[in-house]
Amino acid sequence: MKRLIPLWITAVAGIVLIISYFIPPLQSWGEDAAIWFDVLAGIAFILGGGNILKIHLKKISDRVPGWGFSVILLTAFLLTLFVGLSKIGVHPNPLYPTYAWSGYYRQNGTPFWWLYEYAFKPLTASMFAMLAFYIASAAFRAFRAKNIEAVLLLGTAFIILLGRTFAGVWLTSWIPDDSGFAGLKIENLTVYIMQVFNTAGSRAIIIGIALGIASTSLKVIMGVDRSWLGSGEA
Amino acid sequence: MQGRTIVWTLLFVLGGLFLVLRATTGAGMAKVYVKPVPTVVGDVSWTDHELATPGEYAVATAADPNQTDIVLSFWRTFGVWVAALFTLAIFSFLYSDNTLYKIAESIVIGVSAAYWMVVGFWDVIVPNLMGKLVPNMVKAWAMPGLKEDAEYLYLIPLVLGVMLLCRLGPKSVSWWSRWPLAFFIGVFCGLRLTHYLHGNFLNQIRNAIVSLVIVDNGSFDFWDSLRSVILVGGVLCGIVYFFFSFEHKGIVGRTAKVGIWVLMITFGAGFGYTVMGRIALLAIRLEFIFDDWLWLIDPTNQRIGV
Repeated sequence: MKRLIPLWITAVAGIVLIISYFIPPLQSWGEDAAIWFDVLAGIAFILGGGNILKIHLKKISDRVPGWGFSVILLTAFLLTLFVGLSKIGVHPNPLYPTYAWSGYYRQNGTPFWWLYEYAFKPLTASMFAMLAFYIASAAFRAFRAKNIEAVLLLGTAFIILLGRTFAGVWLTSWIPDDSGFAGLKIENLTVYIMQVFNTAGSRAIIIGIALGIASTSLKVIMGVDRSWLGSGEA
Repeated sequence: MQGRTIVWTLLFVLGGLFLVLRATTGAGMAKVYVKPVPTVVGDVSWTDHELATPGEYAVATAADPNQTDIVLSFWRTFGVWVAALFTLAIFSFLYSDNTLYKIAESIVIGVSAAYWMVVGFWDVIVPNLMGKLVPNMVKAWAMPGLKEDAEYLYLIPLVLGVMLLCRLGPKSVSWWSRWPLAFFIGVFCGLRLTHYLHGNFLNQIRNAIVSLVIVDNGSFDFWDSLRSVILVGGVLCGIVYFFFSFEHKGIVGRTAKVGIWVLMITFGAGFGYTVMGRIALLAIRLEFIFDDWLWLIDPTNQRIGV
């Protein structure tokens, strides 16, 4: 019941999707399954929200160190949820003006838009921007040109970085465009690396990934790989 | 007093003084202006707001000091301050972990979790689940344009969804979530298997099969031919490196070695691009701080005449 039925559900769902791809009259099965998948993904967001509530309410009730941050987190969570679900400040859709709830929930100027524009966006962008410092610091500490492979990696990264800056383009601007050495201008070198070497390497990696995904998917559908069920009974 | 406390105190005092001076002298800072646009549809009316630049506001005020065509937006101005302070709170982590960073971190987790829940509800659950099961109710409530009849087959994802939420319950019921998870994994594997084989595997092989000798206008084009040879050779060598059924010795080993070189160039390019992407994001945040918030720079000429 706890292991056999899930294995059958996985097998049937996977095989239906594969068959529907190859048999055009059954394509609607695949489309329905894909919509069910989206619905479950939407409900999984609710599961995630419920989990956040559960964990942080417990932290607050147990007064664990730093419980004040849980209060802030839950306040931000519940406030965003409330203004988003209740469409506060959203005007009706001009096509259906008498339907108060018909407007787009991300409408410009609403509290939900405000939270996205002035809290979500700057906070996530700043988090990712901060990684610039950590990548540079980690690269400085870890990268050493000890062998050919490391030299190739470092050299390519250096050329690509230079090629995207004004200084890099300026460094080789003395090479005439119509000379036989124009290909050595940093901006041309960058394009050549990206179009030839990077394409070749990426293509090999993508082919490898596709084969890996195909074989792993088959193993899961056939029930050979059951690691996703976990080892426990619950 | 500890050194770190002195640094933080100095930063707050000097930063606060600078902000007070900047906000109260000259043109000020961080103001957002809007044009109110009244909208009337039938018996219903509301006011939309279009963004206006400080330059437009200055021109309109100079022409008529009592004008109300362009007005200061309190909430958007407050928003710029909040966004700027959040940005600085996140960047403060570069010096050391601190309370301001932890507050910003808690807010980003709370807001983003709720944001995706709201997106999932309005974009997926309402149209694709409620709209299929109770279309008349959804039509009368939020989607008057809905034209579908009830499809009771969608009770299956509803039941699976409820089972998924059992994960939050005690152990006696939490195992029910395995069934929707199994469906999730089965659909994902089925979709990915066909899509990756068709979209990536076959397409990449098709694109890799190119002519190695390029003839342009009847003459042999050396550089384009070399380019094709490197492209095809690079792909083959890279694939040989990923082929572990034979020991990498002799000709296989040498080919795999070239494959590693091609992959190293690819990783170098990927690294360079990642760093540039992050630096671009950093530049955007700094531009926001210096342009939108502090009004110290004006790259898009929005404040001419202010």
